[in-house]
Amino acid sequence: MTTPLALSQTAINFTYLVAAVLLIVGIRRLSAPPTARSGNVIAAVGMTIAIVFTFLDPDIDKYWLIAAGMTVGTVVGVASARVVKMTAIPQMVALFNGVGGGAAALVAASEFHRLAPAGGHLAGDDIGAMLFSALIGSISFAGSLVAFAKLQELLPGRPIVFGAQQGANAALFAAVVACGALAGATEDGLWMVLLLVGALLFGMLLVLPIGGADMPVVISLLNAFTGLAAASTGFVLENTALIIGGTLVGASGTLLTILMGRAMNRSLANVLFGAFGAAPVGGAAVAASTEGKSYREITAEDAAVMLAYANRVVIVPGYGLAVAQAQHAVRELADLLEKRSVDVKYAIHPVAGRMPGHMNVLLAEANVPYPQLFDMEDINPEFPSTDVALVIGANDVTNPAARSVPESPIYGMPILNVDEAANVVVLKRSMSPGFAGIDNDLYYNPKTAMLFGDAKSSVEKLVAGVKAA
Amino acid sequence: MSLLNSITIFVLAVFIGFEIISKVPAMLHTPLMSGTNAIHGIVLVGAMLVAGSADSTLEQVLAFIAVVFATVNVVGGFLVTDRMLEMFKRR
Repeated sequence: MTTPLALSQTAINFTYLVAAVLLIVGIRRLSAPPTARSGNVIAAVGMTIAIVFTFLDPDIDKYWLIAAGMTVGTVVGVASARVVKMTAIPQMVALFNGVGGGAAALVAASEFHRLAPAGGHLAGDDIGAMLFSALIGSISFAGSLVAFAKLQELLPGRPIVFGAQQGANAALFAAVVACGALAGATEDGLWMVLLLVGALLFGMLLVLPIGGADMPVVISLLNAFTGLAAASTGFVLENTALIIGGTLVGASGTLLTILMGRAMNRSLANVLFGAFGAAPVGGAAVAASTEGKSYREITAEDAAVMLAYANRVVIVPGYGLAVAQAQHAVRELADLLEKRSVDVKYAIHPVAGRMPGHMNVLLAEANVPYPQLFDMEDINPEFPSTDVALVIGANDVTNPAARSVPESPIYGMPILNVDEAANVVVLKRSMSPGFAGIDNDLYYNPKTAMLFGDAKSSVEKLVAGVKAA
Repeated sequence: MSLLNSITIFVLAVFIGFEIISKVPAMLHTPLMSGTNAIHGIVLVGAMLVAGSADSTLEQVLAFIAVVFATVNVVGGFLVTDRMLEMFKRR
């Protein structure tokens, strides 16, 4: 079934080597700011080379099927990448990751169907790799969809827990592995189907009990999973491009997951099975401790005067700012204050927004000058000499419970010490708790004033107030 | 290609994967996750090979969906990463 177009396997493998080098150089450049964009382009070129030369593989004869699939995929991919708002990037990454995992599982299932009925002749390593791809790919697919639904607020961001969940998950996983063993031993498609269904269910159950605040770490972990699933299909198809590309992501994704966890001071085990999973207990205790406490409200005019006559203001942007698309208004406010020779800085928590680095992307979109952005370690020593800390839609990253309440689910997470500033103004829609579902003691601090409303309209009122002051 | 060859490539790739991102500033975590996310779209190569040699209708359907999924992963992944990084560059 060879075609006139076909190249030899050796020639194709050589192009895969070129592609692999470009992918490695690409990832390397992606990890430093000045070269990041070119790194992405280089990786895309490597990917294109691998794809184009795969078309010339002598085993391929159904070009129409591939072309049709790639056309549909390109239209969907381009459209969704173009329309997605920068605030919705995390869930979009989850979705792209999920379909990648799904593709790996489907490749494994299709190969199983093609080869298994031959009757017990499959090599052990081939069948093992197929089952691994099907298992991990399905978990990644289902888990990513749940992560997407949580971030898109189709599902509640809070941990969803039920009794004996850990036990049920462990039993389900054991059953899935047993199905895999039976699929391998009998080469019967029924066990493969049960393996896929069970793995999908397990993927959902794995992510459901994880709180919204931990979702970036989970997406990063599932990203590594998909990489391993892709690498495993490379073992089945004896394809070096798949093994190298998938493994690079599996390894770098695992390391990235650990780095992200470290930025939030949480271990991976803690994220998957830890405090957030058991949050109802700790959360209730913390909520009770703040019940009956009172908070102070402030008008936009008063807050504007406070800002206009301050010497040093630190703006703490959070996800609420992003949701309200208030970044441009905030920049206008900062510019006005600077004209009155107020010293303005932005404090960027490593996980501000919904992913590490997310807030930098959003503020860059609003052309906020880079030198005004300060990392947590650099800004924290400055809060004691700050007149006003202006917290815009940030919650959990300012919660002093992370420092002082060992029972709190976020205890130990490094936070911005805004409560050390002389005055704190918090812009927030209501007193409802944040993404992690935990009440924030900061709001009951006597030097904190609350300005309720949509972040954008509140900031616009502050702008008007500063102009009038 | 022998199993041992595959394992050799796998092990070396693990080490490279760990080495190349050992020092990443937090502000690049999201773009880097998105970029590596696009790279595991390499599974498209596998989907193409399976689709190209699929015999039965079931295999063709499975492989077709796999090609669609993997293409969305690759195309969407690289484009979204580029949009993110474009904003860093404008400073």
